[in-house]
Amino acid sequence: MAKSEVKLLIDGKRLDGRLPGEMRKVEMKVDVVSRADGSAMVKFGNTVAIAAVYGPRPLYPKYLQEAKSGILRCRYNMVPFSVVERKNPGPDRRSIELSKVIRLALEPAIFLEEFPKATIDIFVEILQADGSTRVTGINAASLALASAGIPMKDLVTACSVGKIEDTLILDLSGIEDNNSECDMAFAMMPSKEKITLLQMDGTLKKEEVKKLMEMAKDACAKIYEMQKNAIKEKYR
Amino acid sequence: MSEKREIVLPGEFLCEKAGRKVGSGAYFEGEKVFARVIGIPNIKENEVSVIPLAGAYIPKVGDRIIGKILSVEISGWMVDINSPYVAFLPLAEGVSEFVDISKTDISRYFDVDDIIFCTVSKVTKDKTVQVSMKSIGSRKLHGGVLIKVNPNKVPRIIGKGGSMINIIKNKTGCEIYTGRNGYIWIKGENKSKAIEAILTVEKESHVIGLTEKIEKMLG
Repeated sequence: MAKSEVKLLIDGKRLDGRLPGEMRKVEMKVDVVSRADGSAMVKFGNTVAIAAVYGPRPLYPKYLQEAKSGILRCRYNMVPFSVVERKNPGPDRRSIELSKVIRLALEPAIFLEEFPKATIDIFVEILQADGSTRVTGINAASLALASAGIPMKDLVTACSVGKIEDTLILDLSGIEDNNSECDMAFAMMPSKEKITLLQMDGTLKKEEVKKLMEMAKDACAKIYEMQKNAIKEKYR
Repeated sequence: MSEKREIVLPGEFLCEKAGRKVGSGAYFEGEKVFARVIGIPNIKENEVSVIPLAGAYIPKVGDRIIGKILSVEISGWMVDINSPYVAFLPLAEGVSEFVDISKTDISRYFDVDDIIFCTVSKVTKDKTVQVSMKSIGSRKLHGGVLIKVNPNKVPRIIGKGGSMINIIKNKTGCEIYTGRNGYIWIKGENKSKAIEAILTVEKESHVIGLTEKIEKMLG
């Protein structure tokens, strides 16, 4: 079992004073990029993600076009000042993988077959990284998609769960992420009860997986309500 | 009329299907109908749909639209219609006289960047779009300015039976053409006033008593 160098749990409370099943403070805002068709900013504690959606728009070069459905393109990027030590700008192996993961998490929710030969582009920028950046990115991207008026089955809601010092926790922060025994990224369409992303790093027992998934589902239901309120706020 | 209109988001439950026709902006799974775009729900006895608040223009046959010529081809023109799809205007649909393409340069009829008021005449399943100038009222628009608005707000800008757009036209004395695709062409002395009014309608489309406000604004 991986032992962390720092003590992550003190008297049953985490380093930032949260209980194991507690989320960080969540903030959501729609329409932050005025030139985009839809955009959103989501904050989970110190993690800040901005997503911008462009499209559906014409797709070139032509060989990328699909005759029967549109395509979804996604770019996940961390800005150089998002982490403590400067991140080399530009795509690296990690952000290319996360771009794909985010795309796969959102794709089942979108009616892409309505836009043959076209593309929908999503840009996710991480302004500040403190753990759980991919799920924050997914939450922002799905808000941006909805506000761009793109037909979807449901909003996609995501959260992260994990295990530190034999305790199951919700919404990992950066330091917990780095020292965890296990962490799991989770995304779902809450009103359809369909899971669109499930990634795990580390080791877990079967019962723990089940328990973590229940925790994640409950958290997603809460985040879903926040997403709905954030977007309805725009039209108030 | 209620002051606050309810807004639904994708995935929100609307009603039981109960034999209703599921229109645009909604989809059904089993016996349940859900919204699929952000918009205002419209649940009637035999039909359920959602009027969208955002989204790109998807061409439909019969729509009166404004297009901008992108390029001149051998026997027609490619037209930008503010949509994910580019439309094609065939020579025969654009010009009523006979043209011998081996002898004529067709850019004398329409050249790149010309603005036309036309109708969507054909849309195939994979969204190949054709437009036509044969319908009544279609013409080339000379001079003026072209502005872009949210295509979903165009019906509000036109108003019931053209009420809103007629106010703007009469008060400013401008010549205005509204395309269903969100392009609006304006020509006249007071065009800046007209543009301001149109953008106000677009921004405050949900406000009740907007017609009076615009009337006041234009004096």
